[in-house]
Amino acid sequence: MTEQARQPLAAPLVEPFADRLARHGLTLARARTTALQVNVGLRCDLYCAHCHLEAGPAREEIMTRAVMDAVIDGARRLPFAGIDVTGGAPELVPDLEHLLRGLAPLTPRLVVRTNLVALSGERGRELCELYRELKVALVGSLPATNASQTEAQRGGGVWEQSLAALKGLNALGYGVEGGALELDLVSNPAGAFLPAPQEQAEKKFRSDLERRYGVSFNRLYTFANVPLGRFRAFLERSGNWPGYLQKLAAGFNPCTVEGLMCRSQLCVDWCGRLHDCDFNLAAGALHGGEVRELSALVELPAPGTPIPVGDHCYACTVGSGFT
Amino acid sequence: METYYHPADLDKFSEIGKDAPELAAKFFDYYGAVFAEGELTEREKALIALAVAHAVQCPYCIDAYTRACLEKGSNLGEMTEAVHVVTAIRGGASLVHGVQMRKIAEKLSM
Repeated sequence: MTEQARQPLAAPLVEPFADRLARHGLTLARARTTALQVNVGLRCDLYCAHCHLEAGPAREEIMTRAVMDAVIDGARRLPFAGIDVTGGAPELVPDLEHLLRGLAPLTPRLVVRTNLVALSGERGRELCELYRELKVALVGSLPATNASQTEAQRGGGVWEQSLAALKGLNALGYGVEGGALELDLVSNPAGAFLPAPQEQAEKKFRSDLERRYGVSFNRLYTFANVPLGRFRAFLERSGNWPGYLQKLAAGFNPCTVEGLMCRSQLCVDWCGRLHDCDFNLAAGALHGGEVRELSALVELPAPGTPIPVGDHCYACTVGSGFT
Repeated sequence: METYYHPADLDKFSEIGKDAPELAAKFFDYYGAVFAEGELTEREKALIALAVAHAVQCPYCIDAYTRACLEKGSNLGEMTEAVHVVTAIRGGASLVHGVQMRKIAEKLSM
C-alpha cells in the first residue's frame, strides 16, 4: 500500500467520540432503566432552525393508536418511574388524549414536552385542561427572554404566542409558586454557541419573565444544541460546523458520562421501535444495534448493555452535560 | 490575503508564555480571577469586557467576548446597549475636553 493510500480521505475534525471514551477508560453502557421517552411523531407547527429531528408541518410521521396501545401496554408491564412524551409537537397528534389517559395511571410522573405555540387555539386550551386534570408536568421550549433570539430559532410570531401560552398556563396554576402543577422551561441556544450555565440562566429568565411579563415557571434547563438534522445543516451552511464540533469536543467532561440520560432512559419512536435517546433516534441508531420493539420487550434492558455512540454525543458531555 | 489579524491566532494566545512563562502565568491567573463570579456575575463581567473590547478596538477581544456574552446568556439587545455605553463614554470623553478648548480659547481671545 502506498503512503498516499494509507492517508484518510479527510482527517476527522475531532477525535471520534468512542475513541475519546476509550482514552478516558470509559464505555457508554446502560445503567438501571427508570424512564421511558415516547416520541409521538415529527409533525410540528414550527420549523425550528435547531431541530435535530427536522420536525415540521410537512412531516407525516405520527404515532398511530395501535402503537399508542402498545406503548400503554409496555408501561403497564414494565416499571417506569417517569414517562416523557415528546415530538414534533405532541399536541398535533390526533389521539394524544388516548395516550395520556392510558399512561397517567401507570407512572408516578408523566411529562409532556411542548413548543408552547401548539397550546394556542381551542384544541390547545382543551389539551391544557387535560394536562391539568391528569397532573401532567409540562416542559416548554423557550430559547431566550427576548423576541429576536426566540424567533431567530423558532420562527416569526413565536415570541408573542409563547408568552400568551405561558400566561395561560400560569392562570391554570402551572408554574406558580407553591402550586402542584409543574412548568419547566428548556432553553437551547439560538445559534452556534454553548448554553449559559443553568443556574445563572435560570436566575436571569426568572427575573426577565417575572419583571417584564409577569410570567413564572419552576425550573429552567439549558441544553447544548445537538449537531444533527436541521442544526447540523445550519452549522454547515453558516461555516460554523468545524468550530462548533471542535468546541463540543474540547469541552468534553468525562464526569458527565455516568449521569447521561441515555443510560437510564429508553426512547420509543412513533413506530414503536426502541432507541437509547432522542438524539440516537435522530441519528438512526437503534437500541441494541438492531430493530427492537417495545411491544416485544419482556424486561427492561440489562445494566451494561452497550449504547451506540457518535460524534453528536459530544453535545451531551460538554461542560456540565446533558443529564 | 495576508493580514495582521487572523481569527485562528486567538487560540494561540497562551503561546505568549513561551519565553516569559512566569509573567504569563501571573497574567493568566489574574485574568481568570478577574472574570470569576464575584460581586458581579460572570455575565455582567463579560458585558463589561465586550464594551471595553470595542473601546480598545481589539478584534480578538470582540470575537472572544461576543461568544462569551452569548454563552453567559446575554442577548443582542443587551450587548448592543453595552457597546452604546462605551461609545457614549468614549464620545463624551472627547466632548468634555471641549471645556479645555474653550477655556484656553477664552484666555487667548479678546
